[in-house]
Amino acid sequence: MAATVSSERDTVATPIQRAFREALYAGVISLGLFVLFIGLRTDQNISNELILVKRWGLLAIVVIAVAVGRFLYVAYAIPAMERSKAEKAAAPAVVAEPGFVKQNFNKIGLVVLILYPVAMVLLFGFQGSLKWVDNFGIQILIYVMLAWGLNIVVGLAGLLDLGYVAFYAVGAYAYALLGTHFGLSFWILLPAAGCMAAFWGVMLGFPVLRLRGDYLAIVTLAFGEIIRLVLINWREVTNGSAGISGIPKVSFFGLISFNVSDPNYIAKVLHIAQSGAYYKIFLYYLALALCLLTAFVTIRLRRLPVGRAWEALREDEIACRSLGINTTTTKLTAFATGAMFGGFAGSFFAARQGFVSPESFVFLESAIILAIVVLGGMGSLGGIAVAALVMIGGTEILRELDFLKAVFGPDFTPELYRMLLFGMAMVIVMLWKPRGFVGSREPTAFLKKRRAVSASFTKEGHG
Amino acid sequence: MNAEASMNDLILQVEHLSMKFGGLVAIGDLSFQAKRGEITALIGPNGAGKTTVFNCITGFYKPSEGMITLNRNDGSTYLLERLPNHEIPARAKVARTFQNIRLFSGMTLLENLLVAQHNKLMKASGYTLLGLFGVPSYRKASAESIELARHWLEKADLVDRADDPAGDLPYGAQRRLEIARAMCTGPELLCLDEPAAGLNPKESAALNALLMGIKATGTSILLIEHDMSVVMQISDHVVVLEYGRKISDGNPQSVRTDPRVIAAYLGVDDEEVETVLTEVGDEDVIEQLDTGPDSAHGPGSSSSYLAGPVSDTVGHSEGERITVSKGASKAAQVDARAASVASKPVAPPAAKSAPPAKPARKAGTTKAGTKKPAAKAPAKAGSVSNRMDAPRGGKADSLVRIKGIGPVNERKLNEHGIFHFDQIAAWKKADIEAVEAYLAFDGRIAREDWIGQAKTLAEEVAAKPAKRGGRK
Repeated sequence: MAATVSSERDTVATPIQRAFREALYAGVISLGLFVLFIGLRTDQNISNELILVKRWGLLAIVVIAVAVGRFLYVAYAIPAMERSKAEKAAAPAVVAEPGFVKQNFNKIGLVVLILYPVAMVLLFGFQGSLKWVDNFGIQILIYVMLAWGLNIVVGLAGLLDLGYVAFYAVGAYAYALLGTHFGLSFWILLPAAGCMAAFWGVMLGFPVLRLRGDYLAIVTLAFGEIIRLVLINWREVTNGSAGISGIPKVSFFGLISFNVSDPNYIAKVLHIAQSGAYYKIFLYYLALALCLLTAFVTIRLRRLPVGRAWEALREDEIACRSLGINTTTTKLTAFATGAMFGGFAGSFFAARQGFVSPESFVFLESAIILAIVVLGGMGSLGGIAVAALVMIGGTEILRELDFLKAVFGPDFTPELYRMLLFGMAMVIVMLWKPRGFVGSREPTAFLKKRRAVSASFTKEGHG
Repeated sequence: MNAEASMNDLILQVEHLSMKFGGLVAIGDLSFQAKRGEITALIGPNGAGKTTVFNCITGFYKPSEGMITLNRNDGSTYLLERLPNHEIPARAKVARTFQNIRLFSGMTLLENLLVAQHNKLMKASGYTLLGLFGVPSYRKASAESIELARHWLEKADLVDRADDPAGDLPYGAQRRLEIARAMCTGPELLCLDEPAAGLNPKESAALNALLMGIKATGTSILLIEHDMSVVMQISDHVVVLEYGRKISDGNPQSVRTDPRVIAAYLGVDDEEVETVLTEVGDEDVIEQLDTGPDSAHGPGSSSSYLAGPVSDTVGHSEGERITVSKGASKAAQVDARAASVASKPVAPPAAKSAPPAKPARKAGTTKAGTKKPAAKAPAKAGSVSNRMDAPRGGKADSLVRIKGIGPVNERKLNEHGIFHFDQIAAWKKADIEAVEAYLAFDGRIAREDWIGQAKTLAEEVAAKPAKRGGRK
């Protein structure tokens, strides 16, 4: 941006005068900057010669926009900000009673989540609700579950894990392989996949116990990649990059099936019209139930000695050892528990897709899950859920913004910009709330009154 | 070691503890004991190795040599150097605090104290599985743990802030909280690393009261402290370290008047020593000052003969610790031996050539003291019968191959003209006593059978004379 030119004599000038001057400077600087970037463009003409296209109009628009923007900022925005700051400082700090929504955030959220598919069906009909329930609802819930799982490792125990997607992959492949080869049901394979992921969590945990911080992050990153490469290259078992298809659908405890050909197909049992939406709605509630299980276990664990030990480990490992806490097993249980929820999410993912391939378990997934945890506020379940909604729902909604084509022209594809917007949004959120949406920490026990612990006291952990 | 003190009275026995970091000897052959139910203070100048001793006791370091025995109240005995770090608080019931406070700053005070009860609660929660379903026995244990936490919060006068984050507390309160947290592990020995550091006099007094309260519950305390008012008021027994070696050991009264301690710990500046002694209320000193003792024989002079050549100390007497030569603390140690013999009632008669003379008080024995080998100039050529001026063939044997001789002692022996195994092998009783006197080893030469070892090694050397020389 244009530099703020403010010297001693500027202070006596009125904001408007100063704004005029600064707008002029800003215009000149932007003219100098953009005259070659925007004013001129090289192109080829019909006979393949290099020509210069002059775009003075566009340049003028940009320069004027900069100058006007600077003028408005200096003349109105800065005084307004100062005024509000002064007002805030003058007014006595009133501790506002948190509003109804804030107080009952969890309950309201739960009700909304339960009613969501019903609302979608009422609004869009069975066929129309598919997209909203599946692409939005289930997708977000899977990420909520993953992020809550990773939250145990990163948010509570303070161990930076960049390879979390490996456990997601283990869960998904465990379900896919055992389901297709042995025809076991989802309800058996879900815990099995969780156990298997937990086992691999311990496997990863053992070698990296001594590592901390960056070193731990690098090794876990490598672990995630190793798992993916094994999935690609172990063709005899995993079918390589082609993936595994034909994964059996989940049934309602074997009572109601969602396969059209089965005798106990839901439409036949309940005597309603056939629709693919039933399965999606069922999966939605299944995902919701798994999420609630994760949340319940996490909340319970935090109040148990092991959960407190995780948080103590994040705060100070040496002090933990001086109190007789076995940091080895504590770290391993954190890895295993986090991995187990990753495995649950993975097996659900496999059941929902009906197809798994290594493509789904790239590093970007790990990064997104970690970003959700950080953005939501490490350790806070509510914040993480909101972050998952924003991150996953936000990227999905960008696919829907067709009206942007009317603004930016028909060749504008919002999907291509979603990662850019996403990154910008993250930067802004991190500037505005460096500890995530919910930075404060809820104590696990209290004598008189439960008071949230401000984020400035909690530590992020060093590995 | 000390046969008179029965094992049951001792909670902690540190024997021949050595800790080496590469070539640096942080602790050299340290032995001391802490009695059950007493407050034992470990003092010494900065860098004397006090915290290293703590880290060895609490398992953060594995000592290079030596044995640390802890006798629990129920009669069980633990060798702390063999226990893994986290099992020392859990099984041997040793808790500690840190010099730079290590609280869980993002957790509330109550949570800090609950984390300290981890092992107990872990068992009660059936290693998490039962606790996950909220079984009544766990709920009961949980309520009990909160009660214990409340008890210690009240003792530390922090109960009003129980639900605040620990990082929000003022410094003095954080110190008290750390002690309360250590007490929540249910320790039998509490190790406090400078608990009074950075406290104002009022907080310091509150701390003293807290520590006396802890002592009254039967918990033994091992204390590192610089604040003499704390040490002198509450400790029953004081061990003084300098350069990783013990220079004095005894009750506070005898330690604070020990000239070796004054020289080593407080520095050598005459005026400063007098000031400090007056401050701590040493009547003898005040009396002496009043009656006007010859100031030339004050602690300054006693330290200067300890340090060998007078010029060494004079040049450095700016109120700092002596950093002149290794000889300074070495000789001080020999003297301190003699001093502690008289002041320590439980000590056996020193099996040394030291005369049972009065411990060298500050104005006491003069430069004419007979037994002290001035470290730098081995004037007492006759102390060891077979000393040599130079190693045969210009190459000394590697004396460190004898178990019990480290590089430092090797150097000392070389200074005294001992270069070869056959020299050691030929030692007689008088020689051993002389060597022990300047190495400050009580009977260690015989115990570790240096003579026997040296004989074997000497034969070995004789068998292949083309052996690689020592490191000197």
